[in-house]
Parts: sequence; structure tokens; C-alpha cells
Amino acid sequence: MQQLLNGLFTGSIYALFAIGFTLVFGVLDRLNLAHPAVFAVSAFVGIELVEVAGLSIWYTLPIVFVVGGLLGIIIERVAFRPLKNRPDAHFAGLISSIALAGMFIALLQWRYGPNTRRFPADSFPSTTFTVFGAQVTLLQVAILVISVALMVALTLLVAKSRLGRGMRAIAENPTAARVLGINVDRVTMTTFAISSALGAVAGALFAMNVNSAQLGMGTAIELKGLAVIIVGGMGSLPGALVGGLLLGLAEVFAVANIGSSWRDMVAFGLLFLILLVRPQGLFGARKVREV
Amino acid sequence: MTESHATEPILKVENLVVSYGRVEAVRGVSFQAASGSLITLVGANGAGKSSIINAVSGIVRPKAGTITFEGRDITKTSAHALVGEGLVQVPEGRQILGTLTIHENLQLGGWHTNDTAAIREVYERFPVLAERRDLPAGALSGGEQQMLAIGRALVARPRLILLDEPSMGLAPKIVDEVFRVIEEIRASGTTVVLIEQNARRALRAADHGYVLASGEIAHEGPAADLLADERVVQAYLGV
Ligand SMILES: Nc1ncnc2c1ncn2[C@@H]1O[C@H](COP(=O)(O)OP(=O)(O)OP(=O)(O)O)[C@@H](O)[C@H]1O
Ligand SMILES: [Mg+2]
Repeated sequence: MQQLLNGLFTGSIYALFAIGFTLVFGVLDRLNLAHPAVFAVSAFVGIELVEVAGLSIWYTLPIVFVVGGLLGIIIERVAFRPLKNRPDAHFAGLISSIALAGMFIALLQWRYGPNTRRFPADSFPSTTFTVFGAQVTLLQVAILVISVALMVALTLLVAKSRLGRGMRAIAENPTAARVLGINVDRVTMTTFAISSALGAVAGALFAMNVNSAQLGMGTAIELKGLAVIIVGGMGSLPGALVGGLLLGLAEVFAVANIGSSWRDMVAFGLLFLILLVRPQGLFGARKVREV
Repeated sequence: MTESHATEPILKVENLVVSYGRVEAVRGVSFQAASGSLITLVGANGAGKSSIINAVSGIVRPKAGTITFEGRDITKTSAHALVGEGLVQVPEGRQILGTLTIHENLQLGGWHTNDTAAIREVYERFPVLAERRDLPAGALSGGEQQMLAIGRALVARPRLILLDEPSMGLAPKIVDEVFRVIEEIRASGTTVVLIEQNARRALRAADHGYVLASGEIAHEGPAADLLADERVVQAYLGV
């Protein structure tokens, strides 16, 4: 039971990270590889806000959300928009977003040095609950609730709102979206902002969950995020949610039952297995995208 | 169309040049549409018809020339701003968003206006759309998709509507219906620019016509005169 819950907490963070990834991929057909850097930056920003500004961890989250949104706008303007009319825009955006990620991490290193950073000693509430005999902290519950709430909000936004309709129109046919009078540049920028805001909250929650932030934390989660969106079905929001939770659970069970060195082996092995059975991913459209 | 000389045209295109890299698709085209009229641009495949419409509606940037809408220079105005100002295109191939529902397609037509009354009017005009409003638009037949494409444009309450080959690929009976709708739109006071390969049909519906060949205007005049002109008919309208 304890493992199941721990898996859910970690998995919900993976899912939140991956859902931001997959939003940009599904709507804009672009892989934003600066997303992991936003994850890392926001973890450091979260710690800084608690340590220097003396904020409670709860107040840091909305601020981190906004900071993430601003980073998303920077990423879109710097790494993607200038290249959008190139015939190789996919590849060019991939490379320029990696480059921008490198710059973000370099700034972090300049500001904080290479060492692991932690929240001040008394930052976390000490409340714990017992759920089916397992110990759960208030922080863990909050992580799960916040992640799921943000993902539900995003899903509703995409499915029901005017902005979401615009996103889906652009995802299907950008030229038709322009003809209809949608300001494609503005919707694109907003999509990046929302995506990065979610990635940023995921980063801050992750840092709280393990009480540490490292320069390499983005790189560590990058592959997991990519695996989750492939397994979930490229561009599928529910797929990212389920895929993230699955990965979190698989990791925890592997560590507990086989040994920690088997964590990636088991987790990624499981993902390959899923792809063998359903190559399109759990929630992917059956049809393979035509080139 | 005697009064068309008295009023300022709603759309005026002067010396329009559109090129894609080194390919010059439109080479110095000028035409105009009087307010409330129906004009048509006809021509063979690759004559430059869609390029002209896309330049007017801000989808492609012209290389040279000026475009004036309701007296204002819109040559550099963006596509999304033009829709907000009442200049709307019904694109070639319909460009229905097949994964979105019919209703969502219509809502997108009202991106700028949020005009639910306009959507209701479209449903009244096309009851077949109302019946299936929550189905994916991709499930509609070609003719129904064309009605949706036109309906979607009407949601924006355009003062100028540009239709790019609305009869393409449709059965003759459906083509009749499309032309009936176009006449209705015109009768409601909206200016229509109609592009067609079905030149005879378009000229019969239009007040004024332009015949395009290789990116230039080869003939122009009152539509009835073009239809009566043996040289035009033989060279451009087929037998
Ligand atoms: N995006 C583009 N890139 C390069 N060339 C283009 C592009 N669009 C059109 N062209 C070229 O410009 C010329 C005019 O094309 P356009 O689509 O305007 O013709 P059209 O009259 O609409 O033809 P059709 O009746 O087939 O729709 C053609 O030679 C075409 O190949
Ligand atoms: Mg065309």
C-alpha cells in the first residue's frame, strides 16, 4: 500500500511534467526540449522563494506557475517563432530548444553553483495521515491533488473553452485556423506559456517531494517525460496522465521488489511492452500519422 | 450595374503581384468589386486564382500591389484582423476541421464575434447541420462539408465573402444548391467574390467577370458580355 501511494505521488509529478510536453507536441507538432530546463529552473526558484523571501511553500506554487509561463513565452519567441517558416522547422526547433535549455541551466549554475540545494529545515508541514495503514504526509497529498487538479483543468480548457477550440483547430490544420481568423501566433504563445507553467509547477513539486534540486534534474526526467507521452499516445492528454502514473508505480515497485538498480530497467521495459501491444500508445489514434 | 460606378468599390486590387520563391503566380492583376455585387474570377488550373484570394484575405503576403477594403489599405493587414473586420474567405477544398464537431467548426467561425445568434441563423439556413451539430465534421459528405464551410464563414457576418471553387468535386444537384446559397448571400447584401473553374456557371451568376490566364487578366467585362464573346468562350471556357 505504501508503495502504491508513493508510486502515485511520483507518478502524478511525471504526469504533470509530461502533460505540458504533450500539449505543445499535440497542438503545435513541436517537441520543446527546453521543457526539462523549465522543470529544473522552477525547482531552484521555488527554493529561493522560500529561503530568501521567506514564503511558505504553498505561496511559491502560484509564483512558480507564473514564472514558468513567462519562460514558456521566452522559449516560443526565441527558440520557435523565428524558425517557424523554415521547411525544417521541426528539427530546427528541436535543436534551438536544446540550446536554450543549455543556456537556462548555465544561468542556474552561475547563480547557484553545482551543488544540490534543499528547502530550509522547517519548510514542510509535519501533518501526516494514515491511509489503509500507510503513512502519508500532507505534502504528498497536496502534490497529488495539485497535479491532478491542474491536469483536469487543462483537459477541460482544451475540450470546452474558446482557447482550447483554437488550439485544436491549429493542431489539425494551421492554415484553416488562420483563414478562420484565429490569431495563430497568439494562441501558439499561450500554449507554450501554459505548457511551461505546468512543467514549472511539476519541477517545484518534485523538489519538494525529494527535498532537493539539482542542475541535472531536468535531464533526469526528460527521458521519462518522452517515454510517457509516447506510451500515452503522442499528443494525448489523458494518455500523459495515465502514462505518468504507470511509470511512477512501475518504478516504485521495481525498487521495492527487485532492487533500486533495476528501476529504469523494469520501468522502461514495461513501456516497451505496452508499445509492442499498442504501437499507437494507450490513448493514441489508431491511425499512424501520414507523412 | 450602372450604379457601381457611382459608389466607391468595397474591394479594390491594384497591380497585385504574388510570387512563391522564383515562381510568379500573379503578375500585376487589378480588379474591383462594387458593394453588394457578385464578381467572379475564372481560369484554368494554376492560373493564380487561389493566390489572389489568399493575398486579399491576408494568408499570403503580396510581393507588390495594393489592396483596399472599404476605402482602407489592407495590403499588410493580417488574416485574423481581416476576419474581424468582415472580410472572410471560404477556402479551396473547404478546410473543414474534421476532428472537431460541426458546432465547434461554427463556433470557430465566430472567433472574433462570439455571435450565437449568427450560429442559430446558419442552422436555420442549413438544417442538416443542426441535426448533426455534435458529430465530428469529418463525418459529413462533401456537399454538407461545403455547406459547413460556407456557414462557418457566415457566422463572422462578413461584408465581403471570397469563395474559392465552392463547387469543386460536387455532384450537379449539390452544385445547384451551392449556387442557390451564393445567390442568397448576395441577395442579403454581402459582396461576393467567386472563384470557379466552372466558368460558365459562375459567369451566369455574376455581375462582372475576370478571366485569368497565367497570372494575368486576359479578359474582363460584364459577365453577360464575356459569355457572349466568342473569343473568350473558345479560348477559355471550353466547348
Ligand atoms: N505555396 C506555394 N508554393 C509554391 N508555388 C505555389 C504555391 N501555391 C501556388 N503555387 C503556384 O502558383 C501558381 C498559381 O497557383 P494557384 O493555386 O493560385 O492557382 P489556381 O488558379 O488557384 O489553381 P487551381 O484551379 O488548381 O486551384 C501555380 O503554378 C502553383 O503551382
Ligand atoms: Mg486554386
